[in-house]
Amino acid sequence: MIVEHFPALQVVVPLLGATICAMVHNRRAAWLIALTVSLAMPVIAGGLLLRVLEQGTISYRLGSWEPPWGIEYRIDAANAFLLVLVSAIAAVIMPYARASLDREIAHQHQPRYYALFVLCLAGLLGMAATGDAFNVFVFLEISSLSSYVLIALGRDRRALMASYQYLVIGTVGATFYIIGVGFLYVMTGTLNIADLAERLPQVSSQRPVIVGLAFIAVGLCLKLALFPLHYWLPNAYAYAPSVTTAFLAATATKVAIYLLLRFFFTVFAQTFPFEEIILPVIWIALSAGAILYASTAAIFQDNVKRMLAYSSVAQIGYITLGIGIGTEAGLTAAIVHLFNHGVMKGALFLLVGGVAYYGGVATMKHIAGLGRRMPVTLAGIVIAGLSLVGVPGTVGFVSKWYLVLAALERGWWWLAVFVVATSLLALVYMGRIVEAALFRPPDEAGERHGEMPLSMLVPALLLVAACVYFGLDTELTADVAARAARGLLGIAR
Amino acid sequence: MSPAATLLIAIAIPAAAALLIPLAHRKPNLREAVTLVASLAMFGAVAALVPHVLAGARPATGAWHVLPGLELKLVLEPLGMLFALVASFLWIVNSLYSIGYMRGNHEPRQTSYYVCFAVALAATLGIAFSANLFTLFLFYELLTLSTYPLVVHKQSPEAIRAGRLYLMMLLGSSIILFLTGIIWVYLRTGTVDFRPGGIVSAAFSPGETGLLLALFAFGIGKAALMPIHRWLPAAMVAPTPVSALLHAVAVVKAGVFVVLKVIVYIFGVAHLSAIGAGDWLIYVAGVTVIIASIVALAQDNLKRRLAYSTVSQLSYVVLAAILLTPLSVVGAAMHIAAHAFGKITLFFAAGSIYTAAHKTEVSELDGIGWRMPWTMGAFAIGALSMIGVPPTAGFVSKWFMVSAAVETKQYFALAVIVLSTLLNAAYFMPIVYAAFFRRTPGEAHGPGHRHGEAPWPIVTALVVTALGTLALFLAPGLPLALARQLAGP
Repeated sequence: MIVEHFPALQVVVPLLGATICAMVHNRRAAWLIALTVSLAMPVIAGGLLLRVLEQGTISYRLGSWEPPWGIEYRIDAANAFLLVLVSAIAAVIMPYARASLDREIAHQHQPRYYALFVLCLAGLLGMAATGDAFNVFVFLEISSLSSYVLIALGRDRRALMASYQYLVIGTVGATFYIIGVGFLYVMTGTLNIADLAERLPQVSSQRPVIVGLAFIAVGLCLKLALFPLHYWLPNAYAYAPSVTTAFLAATATKVAIYLLLRFFFTVFAQTFPFEEIILPVIWIALSAGAILYASTAAIFQDNVKRMLAYSSVAQIGYITLGIGIGTEAGLTAAIVHLFNHGVMKGALFLLVGGVAYYGGVATMKHIAGLGRRMPVTLAGIVIAGLSLVGVPGTVGFVSKWYLVLAALERGWWWLAVFVVATSLLALVYMGRIVEAALFRPPDEAGERHGEMPLSMLVPALLLVAACVYFGLDTELTADVAARAARGLLGIAR
Repeated sequence: MSPAATLLIAIAIPAAAALLIPLAHRKPNLREAVTLVASLAMFGAVAALVPHVLAGARPATGAWHVLPGLELKLVLEPLGMLFALVASFLWIVNSLYSIGYMRGNHEPRQTSYYVCFAVALAATLGIAFSANLFTLFLFYELLTLSTYPLVVHKQSPEAIRAGRLYLMMLLGSSIILFLTGIIWVYLRTGTVDFRPGGIVSAAFSPGETGLLLALFAFGIGKAALMPIHRWLPAAMVAPTPVSALLHAVAVVKAGVFVVLKVIVYIFGVAHLSAIGAGDWLIYVAGVTVIIASIVALAQDNLKRRLAYSTVSQLSYVVLAAILLTPLSVVGAAMHIAAHAFGKITLFFAAGSIYTAAHKTEVSELDGIGWRMPWTMGAFAIGALSMIGVPPTAGFVSKWFMVSAAVETKQYFALAVIVLSTLLNAAYFMPIVYAAFFRRTPGEAHGPGHRHGEAPWPIVTALVVTALGTLALFLAPGLPLALARQLAGP
């Protein structure tokens, strides 16, 4: 019985959990509540994914109200996959958070932090699960507002500035999105995504629809940090608490990308020919720009978190490149890289957070000599870094493989060469970290310490192991991504 | 124990050693024992497979499916058997030598050294046994990554720079060129399996085949075809047993092994010969042979001279392979074994000289033959093998190569072989001559401590490999049989 309501529970449980957390003043109790919620989420998400794989798209009517007047939660392979990613990352990060937050934010703020974390989780899961365009906006704002605070709670004074930047840009993005939805509503009278897909082709005047599409696209691109709309990301990731950074890096932009896919392929595909709305040239050009610019910027950073943030912008470029290619292989590449990058970056930020645990901040100075003091952490960073480069046997290779295949299938061999060649840029910036860790003498002034506490190390290593495991067994990731891609394109036909 | 299981065990042994060695970190003798036992066990496993392959069997493991069309699978065929035999045997000898060298020179970080060696050997066997390009690529990259810490072992600025060059050149060439080639093959043929007779035949036009061959030839950077060769002399900054490993056992042999394997099992010797898409490679390989030999003449640092000699000798293998006749393929396979034994002997000698006399330059070696007779005797044998005269292994492989060149009327290749033989003599014989027939210029060269031979593990190792070089000439039955099987029924 309860299984029937999984789509709703996926969002309701964390919402309730957040409320309870907010009422609790003891930080350990708050953590326990957050932990319970986080561990329950992958169970629900996994259940949903299994059901979708067996029975096809799930359509759930919230409160039994019929769509398009009621809100519908519509779960197919694409968003079930995303739900699993977001919830699994949260479940892995929560045990890590206990020790990490003790050092990174003031004790009295912690219950608030956990409440907002769970709220953000609820928002992200809601964005992924829902089938109603306005409901998306509601959850978008829930997750955004909570993430602004999650960033601002960092000890570094620059966290406040970074959060404010993100707030301004993020609000602009969300506002653009809702303006776009407004245009669509005016023309069709419905907010339900599936319904929009049916009604849009029949609309009398196409001009407002195009404008709506443009606003939605730009709004979502701001949220997913597509170059050149990525400005908020490096600072937000660099100065936020490690837990926030790891969580947002692995999930927030991915959900925005999913929404982009949903709107392009489900909503608008019937109205405009596929090629027109994707505008491959612009899309690919921006993606290539992201990859080149951000990878190069990463090479010159001194703050390791900022380096990884720029790396994220570049990796998002690879994802949007896959979308720009637009074929089934291209979309499969994009969707599988959503997952793979979430795992890789989650692992890296958790590991680097362990370095910041002792030094307060993670610059190259703190990385120096890591090989001697924290060899296991360094091993994890090396493996996750190799995954970023795309060495076979890791998840990064799987994404690159699909991306190159997709490019070659369309005959764009120069794009394929571009994808493999830019992998070497990742080698350069990860190489900088590894060289500093191995060859530079450690900073003696710092506290004498060993590895990070086990409660932090184990989750981080779990994600590193996932980097390798899902690089060798792609049944869960690539097969599901392929199915999701077919689903997205199938509706377009 | 089924042969297929033995394949997995052979790779599992060095992998397990890599995990056990750090546990013995505090007890050096136990730690070294792990390496020695593992190398003996690995050789045992590999040797046990020889009768099967000679009988015509091709043991294969099951496939682990990674992506559609990409699976991890091991299979044993004659060339892989030959490579695995050479690699596993020389690991035993190299481990013995390492003990003498690392202890004799009081090198730091020995545990990570032995661990990286074990991983590198596991990767080498993985390359030898791979059934398709994906498996091979995975182990190929693992080999690059596991040998990087060995190259930068000294952690001096020069070593770090060399390490960067090593990584960028090898990973760069493999990701940009080799991987692109693999993906192209997959796209056109739907598979990346190694099959007798090759898999590309119908799917690529002759021009495209030539381009694909170029992607592989230059993408397989470990084969050191010019201009992808600079990493080799740069890597000389590593401790000598690492150079011996790089230049005889694992890395460079893996490179030419892969080139030969790709030519035989992806392109197909007959097919490539029929469409003539490989002719340009004869010139590239030939030019590499000559230029590298000329550069070697100019090197005073002994290890650098040996490095350029290696670049040259590796292109012998490529040259022989691309002559595309059964005779030349036999020559190429034989040279993999012959050069391995000869070159490792030379590097062992160089390390021996460094350990005992602290000398690194050729000009410093006058008269050293009398102080270190075993070392220089072995050096002489190794040098003769490089030049290719009886009674050394180098003669056997050169014989096949010359015969193949004459048979196919490839006079450019013939000229290259003849000229490079003379050049080899020009840069090796003077060393031997000076060592035995020139007087030591008194104690004028620095403190000039009286020294003798190097520690016994070092001397034992180089005597074994020198004898191996002679043995390959006197009794080449086994490698020849394997090479003949490779060249085709």
